[in-house]
Amino acid sequence: MNALIGWIAELGAQTLAQVEGLGRVARFGGHLVAAIPRRPTRFGFFVRALFDAGVLSVALICLSGFTVGMVLGLQLYTTLTRFGAEEGLGAVVGLSLVRELGPVLTGLLVTGRAGSAITAEIGAMKSTEQLDGLRMMAIDPVHFVALPRALALSIAMPLLNGLFIVFAIAGAYGVGVWRQGLDGGVYLSGLEDAVLFGDDVGQSLLKSLIFGLLLGLISTYKGHSCDPDAAGVARATTSTVVTASVCILLADYVITALWGV
Amino acid sequence: MQNHATRDVIVGLFVLVGLATLAYLSLQVGGIEFGAAKQIELHATFDDIGGLSVRAPVRIGGVKIGQVSAIGLDEELRPKVTLAVDADVAIPVDAEAAIRTAGLLGDQFIAVEGGGAEDGTLADGESFGMTVSAFSIDKLVGQFIHNAGVSD
Repeated sequence: MNALIGWIAELGAQTLAQVEGLGRVARFGGHLVAAIPRRPTRFGFFVRALFDAGVLSVALICLSGFTVGMVLGLQLYTTLTRFGAEEGLGAVVGLSLVRELGPVLTGLLVTGRAGSAITAEIGAMKSTEQLDGLRMMAIDPVHFVALPRALALSIAMPLLNGLFIVFAIAGAYGVGVWRQGLDGGVYLSGLEDAVLFGDDVGQSLLKSLIFGLLLGLISTYKGHSCDPDAAGVARATTSTVVTASVCILLADYVITALWGV
Repeated sequence: MQNHATRDVIVGLFVLVGLATLAYLSLQVGGIEFGAAKQIELHATFDDIGGLSVRAPVRIGGVKIGQVSAIGLDEELRPKVTLAVDADVAIPVDAEAAIRTAGLLGDQFIAVEGGGAEDGTLADGESFGMTVSAFSIDKLVGQFIHNAGVSD
């Protein structure tokens, strides 16, 4: 009997802890949003954050995009040939990239490349008491440290998404046209006919923007709330990658479903 | 880390290249058009539209002049198709709208053909007088089997 009550109490405590955690994220998000209209401390901080999150991810994004495009071109071409529908390559590649693969893969890659770094950086600042030092000087660390990085992620994500998709289209062109011998005009016109601005490109931009906001919130929150020691920073960094990846995949389904495909 | 001026230039370049890719996706791939060519709406009622779907192209002699914008039923429960056609294409009032298939198993589209009388052209909101319904292979096969049975 006591074991049962203990088990129920444990369940209750776990639930409360989960809800409390959600509440903390929401409060932190509110704090971030409230800091937006305040005068930026230094514009240079934002540029540096954009450099770290955006520019340093460009090589990874371009290479990954090109490779994904090449694989799509190879796989889809051989499958489509079975049905005598090679001409459909452009349409399939374009729709799958613009709607799903572009935003989702960019989100996951940026999570690993930039989100983890932001958590580790803020976590290290916390464990060396730099955030407390800022508070001592009446500087709000959320406004000073977290906001430029979260904003930079939200702005970099749609731009990197565009880069990823363009490079993937080029990669599929390379394989489909040069290696498999599909006509280049057929590929590009099929792609342009199938992809619409409102439904497809708009959805892609909305997704990547939302993924950027999610990653910005999660990575800065995990940094701010980590245990101030080496192991704590390591846990927070891992937790950012796991949480942000799962959130991005879940949000992708929700946005796709709400959009009505 | 480079000095600040160099870094600012690189970040600026990154933003520009990113925006350029988005512009390419929107304008070229997505086909968004500013001040897009004006289109008029025409209607056509068929007996059977087969597998025709919204966004199927409307062609004259193979040249695309518009697309199907809506498919519904009229008061007599006959399929009624609304076409958005470029306003600068003058379609004669006695033209005919036919549902055709690209290739044997390809997508269906609407072919506008015939006409040429000097009675004027179709204006916004008007309907095609003559239509040809979708050609369906299973109906044809059914008819063939039926006829073969009768001739025995």
